[in-house]
Amino acid sequence: MAVTEEAKPRIVVVGAGPAGIRAAEALVGGGLVPIVIDEGERAGGQIYRRPPQGFMRPPEALYGSEAAKAIALHRTFDSLAAAGRLVHHSRSSVIAIADGRLQVIGDAGARWISYDKLILATGAMDRVMPVPGWESAGVYGLGAMQIALKAQGAALGRRIVLAGSGPLLTLLAVQLLKAGGQVAAILDTASMRQQLRGFSGLAARPLFALRGLMMRRSLGRLYHAGVRLDRIEADGRGPAAVLWRDEAGRSQRTPCDAVGLGWHLRAETRLADLAGCDFAYDETWRQWLPQADAMGRAGGGVYLAGDGLRIVGADGAEVAGRLAAVACLQDLGLPAPDIASERRRLARLNRFARGVAEAFPWPAEAAAGLPDQTVVCRCEGVTAGELRKTVEFGGGEVNRVKSLGRAGMGRCQGRYCELAAAEIVADSAGHACAAAAGRMRGQAPVRPAPISALIQDAATGG
Amino acid sequence: MTMAAGEAGGRLVRLAETDRAPLHFFLDGTERQALAGDTVLSAVLSVAPALRRSEFGPEARAGFCLMGACQDCWIWQEDGPRLRACSTPLAEGMRLLSDAPREWP
Repeated sequence: MAVTEEAKPRIVVVGAGPAGIRAAEALVGGGLVPIVIDEGERAGGQIYRRPPQGFMRPPEALYGSEAAKAIALHRTFDSLAAAGRLVHHSRSSVIAIADGRLQVIGDAGARWISYDKLILATGAMDRVMPVPGWESAGVYGLGAMQIALKAQGAALGRRIVLAGSGPLLTLLAVQLLKAGGQVAAILDTASMRQQLRGFSGLAARPLFALRGLMMRRSLGRLYHAGVRLDRIEADGRGPAAVLWRDEAGRSQRTPCDAVGLGWHLRAETRLADLAGCDFAYDETWRQWLPQADAMGRAGGGVYLAGDGLRIVGADGAEVAGRLAAVACLQDLGLPAPDIASERRRLARLNRFARGVAEAFPWPAEAAAGLPDQTVVCRCEGVTAGELRKTVEFGGGEVNRVKSLGRAGMGRCQGRYCELAAAEIVADSAGHACAAAAGRMRGQAPVRPAPISALIQDAATGG
Repeated sequence: MTMAAGEAGGRLVRLAETDRAPLHFFLDGTERQALAGDTVLSAVLSVAPALRRSEFGPEARAGFCLMGACQDCWIWQEDGPRLRACSTPLAEGMRLLSDAPREWP
């Protein structure tokens, strides 16, 4: 079917990480001119994030074994943007979705962009479990520490403890040490036995798994598996030590001035929620996740790709982005390439991803055991005890707890507390699983927006 | 002490990319030095342990996610709106405050 320039459907891609870039490329291949909206200054996403102009480290220093993939993605996107084959709105956030339109804020203010089809490639963020003391300045997500290193060439402390679980825990430790940073300990809450449990899934990518093992070995005695985190001791300046139990239950204390926390990653699903996608609770990820078919079709002209749908990692995201775009082309009746082998590849990467999730699980039981005075919501300082009291008089449903107890009401909108809060609510209410505590509903704006931009937008008719 | 080692009082340690042009900014009225290409967060944390006081507790805040998701790193300017420090590039002469301006209710 021939499409004239004027009649070309308008496809918007949100996110310019590996999924968004490959989606945009496939749409261009189908003869379309997609609009790509991304919060970053330059395309690449978080994993292939580029430092500002003028920084000198070569891609090999920034991305290690993945440098060739990073270079290929950056080149693909930059050349399409330079040739006018796509429209790139950088430093821009989608804050609301309604009636086939996206409200976008950027340096120039707010405006609405309409779409015929929407591809959401919103990526992931650190999945964090509160640890008593984690509200002190100098405690960061593992992803944050990696961004500081990659995009700014800096470490966020002189003596760093990394704690949590997942591939990033090991990777970041290796990257920091290689760059000359000082890592005092790597504390993995997953035991060796748990890590072996994910092995059948990990075998779907033997080389990748092997590389992880080699990195782990290089950490030597800095790495501890099967630990329990007791608390972060802080003084007026920030963290002073991490108190933890080793696998044998012995108390340990590691002095430090910075802590990185993260339990693998979680999907960023706020826009999928506003776009009306269905959600289901996933036992492996212990999170409510948007639903889509194997191509990423979520219904209503919305497509999901990459870590924002399931944590599949960067390679999986590239494939998923392309598949979502091909699904989009198919649904528009446009010629689309054959993707049978890519579908098989994504299925294999999904098996691997599930293996990773099983090997490095979210320590749900730690949430139930948090002392009452532990801050759960960092935005507003809501404690575990306050959440439990709220459940007593308000019931064991997360949206009620949010309204009555404010966890999830702060500036981050629950992104960093809702998973732990759901576990605490479920435990206090006697639910068998966090799923029974319900799903926290997303609300626009999904990022804080200056009121001046919204007033201006309303005044000009949107 | 060189910039590469990190200034005394700062939280952030520069491990690479130290050969950049200097930029100046003001933190609570005092002139400070940073490097071209720094984010506001990097610049402030290279000379101070935190960005701001928490509104809801006694502790200071120094950012958490560095990718615009957690909103922990909003910092005041002397005249004008707050900035998200992790995603705002430092500009020459910026005047930043670690606490709300006095006339703020």
